Amino acid sequence: MAVNSEQSAQSKDGLWRPESRMRHFREWAIKILLAACAYISVSTTFGIVFVLLFETINFFREVSIVDFLTATTWSAAFANPQFGIMVLICGTLLTTVIAIAVALPVGLLAAIYLSEYASARWRRRLKPALEVLAGVPTIVYGYFALTFVTPLLRDTILPSLTIFNALSAGLVMGVMIIPTIASVSEDAIYAVPRSLREGGYALGATKREVATKIVVPAALSGIVAATVLGISRAIGETMIVAVAAGNQAHLTANPLESVQTMTAFIVQVASGDTPTGSLTYNTIFAVGSTLFVMTLILNIISYLFVRRFREAY
Amino acid sequence: MATEHGTRNPQQDRSEQGGLFKTSTSGRHALDWLFLILVFVATMIGLVVLAVLLVDIAVDGVPHLSWKFITSFPSVIPENSGIYPALLGSLWLVALTALISVPLGIGAAVYLEEYAADTWLTRFIEVNISNLAGVPSIIYGLLGLGIFVNLLPSVTSGESILSGALTLSLLILPIIIIATREALRTIPNAVREGGYALGATRWEVIRSHLLPMALPGALTGTILALSRAIGEAAPLIVVGAATYITFAPTGPLSNYSALPIQIFSWISQPQPGFQTAAAAGVVALMIVLLLTNSVAVMLRNKYQKRV
Repeated sequence: MAVNSEQSAQSKDGLWRPESRMRHFREWAIKILLAACAYISVSTTFGIVFVLLFETINFFREVSIVDFLTATTWSAAFANPQFGIMVLICGTLLTTVIAIAVALPVGLLAAIYLSEYASARWRRRLKPALEVLAGVPTIVYGYFALTFVTPLLRDTILPSLTIFNALSAGLVMGVMIIPTIASVSEDAIYAVPRSLREGGYALGATKREVATKIVVPAALSGIVAATVLGISRAIGETMIVAVAAGNQAHLTANPLESVQTMTAFIVQVASGDTPTGSLTYNTIFAVGSTLFVMTLILNIISYLFVRRFREAY
Repeated sequence: MATEHGTRNPQQDRSEQGGLFKTSTSGRHALDWLFLILVFVATMIGLVVLAVLLVDIAVDGVPHLSWKFITSFPSVIPENSGIYPALLGSLWLVALTALISVPLGIGAAVYLEEYAADTWLTRFIEVNISNLAGVPSIIYGLLGLGIFVNLLPSVTSGESILSGALTLSLLILPIIIIATREALRTIPNAVREGGYALGATRWEVIRSHLLPMALPGALTGTILALSRAIGEAAPLIVVGAATYITFAPTGPLSNYSALPIQIFSWISQPQPGFQTAAAAGVVALMIVLLLTNSVAVMLRNKYQKRV
């Protein structure tokens, strides 16, 4: 260790270790190591983009991109395959719309209850309990949709329901998304300053009026962010639809029928034997790219809205 | 409300013209009660569905759950089917995933929170990581299939536990990073400055003070992330977890199945006997998750007291 005389005088008391080359090197090495960890995480994004792009380009060497975007039949597994992604997007949107129709009102009202009405104690207990819904594995929800919700609906109000259908998959998916929408909306509602509420009370408004006419509009950008995030979750959700919505790729808006979503198609192909490099193999990457682009756009929109409500107050 | 109207004095009438100030309090208070009931019911809907779900799988699955079910291999006869290889596969997966993702995730979080200067590059990394947390899990499956299974079979030997664990690690990395960063952020700056004032280097402060103080938060986030990895099925199907396997995994390069994959495979069978097996598998999976989550809560409580 190259230490000069001034420093070595100080080092006699033992506690003060002067700047040594060893110490500098260690600090530098650790910093590099930690930075490497951070960059590996980021390289995941590039990995995803690279893999999807590479295989999708291979796919479009054999299938025209116009056909892919405009054809109205999807029959990837048949002898004369047709690749109309609209069919899968339609199936995905159908289950997503049903899920959001459940999760948005329920999640938003629950968020209002948690932040405006519930006492601190109830809030502390209810929030983790609701979060459990998000922690249940999706395969379990799939089982629940197929063996409980579908039979229940068939026996009570919808006897014409087929075994695999978009409705039960969408409903159960909605329940799964409730915590996402509730917790992001609640953050936004909670961030609304107290003075706005008190201003409302001072003008003679009741609690409900303050909540629905002052607090919710003030938190709107956060609620939009929550909804967009929920939509993105629903679009990317896989096991519920793979189990309960079936694998019938056809263009329909009827929730009582079986549909195939983008994710369910990937699962269907991947659980069979597909030789690497074949057209079917490339197809799942083309579908995956479509899914990735859709969720990415939604996540960015949601991110922008969240930033807006964080900055507002 | 027209009847009330006549009894009001002209002053109130004037303000009524603006339409904002409605004095009919009884009607509004009734609506308030209805609204309170509505929001309360909405909060409870999720919990009621959760309760129904738990009871439903327990009723379906618990009768089939036995020691034989846990120690048997899958079979073409539903009554003889068991989850032994899938359970072992899941344990292998989660252990390897933890080994890979925890050091990487905590390292990345420490770098971003304690070292990185606030440049456009750092902000890009941050946005990137929060975006990665929103990428559907099946996309990670495609990533794993493209890179670990097809590009690097010499390292991972293709459709192996290692490929599955690497894929799951990338999937949960953003969750671990975000949880650890939040834990580091709550530590007051005075701790860091006190350390520097005593002549400690950045890493010495991190090792002796920041990491122990951030441990409860980081640990909770990590275990929640790992329990997500245990329940994840979609990416594993894509990277080639087997649905029907008659041997127990022998090491990281072995072929494998996992609990959610086994359940999926049974649900897809038409015979009703397999539905019962699937239900029992679901119960087993939920028990495993309950155990890991209790460990998370226990560890957090233990470390929180110490700090």
